Amino acid sequence: MAGQLKEVRNRIKSVQGSQQITKAMKLVSAAKLRKAQDAIIQMRPYAKKLQEVLSNIVSNSDGSTGLKLAEERNVEKVLLIVITSDRSLCGAYNSNIMKLAKQTIAEKYEAAYKKSNVTIWNIGKKGYEGLTKMGYKTDATYKDIYLHLTFENVQVAAQAAMKAFENKEFDAVEIIYSEFKNAATQRFAAEQFLPIPKAQNIAGAKKADFIFEPEKDALIAELMPKILNTQLFKAVLDGAASEHGARMTAMDKATENANELLKTLKISYNRARQAAITTELTEIVSGAAALQG
Amino acid sequence: MTLEILTPEKKLFSGDVYGVQLPGITGLFEVLDNHAPLVSALGKGNLKILKSKNEFANYIIQSGFVEVLNNKATVLIEGAVEA
Repeated sequence: MAGQLKEVRNRIKSVQGSQQITKAMKLVSAAKLRKAQDAIIQMRPYAKKLQEVLSNIVSNSDGSTGLKLAEERNVEKVLLIVITSDRSLCGAYNSNIMKLAKQTIAEKYEAAYKKSNVTIWNIGKKGYEGLTKMGYKTDATYKDIYLHLTFENVQVAAQAAMKAFENKEFDAVEIIYSEFKNAATQRFAAEQFLPIPKAQNIAGAKKADFIFEPEKDALIAELMPKILNTQLFKAVLDGAASEHGARMTAMDKATENANELLKTLKISYNRARQAAITTELTEIVSGAAALQG
Repeated sequence: MTLEILTPEKKLFSGDVYGVQLPGITGLFEVLDNHAPLVSALGKGNLKILKSKNEFANYIIQSGFVEVLNNKATVLIEGAVEA
């Protein structure tokens, strides 16, 4: 009996220990999430203005540009940029992204995959490990962007993708990432990166007699890579925020579960303790009775 | 005129200024009060904010864009370092 008591006590202790860790991780993620959200908010005005400038140029010209980055070709070679996190313990975040990558390949690029023409550039360690294990052709050049998350580092990856597209190493580039909605929800998305999707009717353009310097087409050619850089940067930032959000929720759940477990453990501890006392009492009483008899 | 300088990482400057000197892709130019609407690409070089006629702030930039409209200049730059 005493042995069982000790066992339960030990379990309670270990559960409490885990709970402390999950609680701490939740707090850390909450702080990191705030920082990641801040970064997204900070870049929004830049991205918005860039779009505005583009729409101003486009609406003041006849539209069509012979831009290399918008050239649509027969899709034979495909590049997927998959953004995951470096660390786990964030619920189903990483596995959901990998699932989406797998699904995208199966649905859209089956033919290319059979000829092993699908390449995956991984941002984030977990996705690299997972997808390599699944047997996809992965590339770890940009795996460690999250270690030093700056615009410059992301830009290098975006530019490499553009260059490869221009050199016809790839005919289509897609980004697979998780868009940040709020701490509890992420939207997993596959977004076309290249060729540049046909310009939707951009609203809010101002008609003004702009002076363009250099002329419009050259400006657009300058502007496009910047917009693409920003697009990838946004995806990476969104990924970071989603990761922390997912981890926060997962750790919150874990702490809750630990609480529940503790409750049942405490009940069985008390029960065992009571049983031990009862047996002891019975022993004493029956011992005394035997002496008297 | 109002000047706003934005980078992908943060808002670098915002406020009323006398003018701004920009390294345009075809050469250095200056935007003063009531400039005509303009969109220009910027190259590598020195961006000089003229806070008043004799008070300056300098940034070294890698590339970017400027849009001038309704007496407001918005500068979008990358790789800015304070000089």
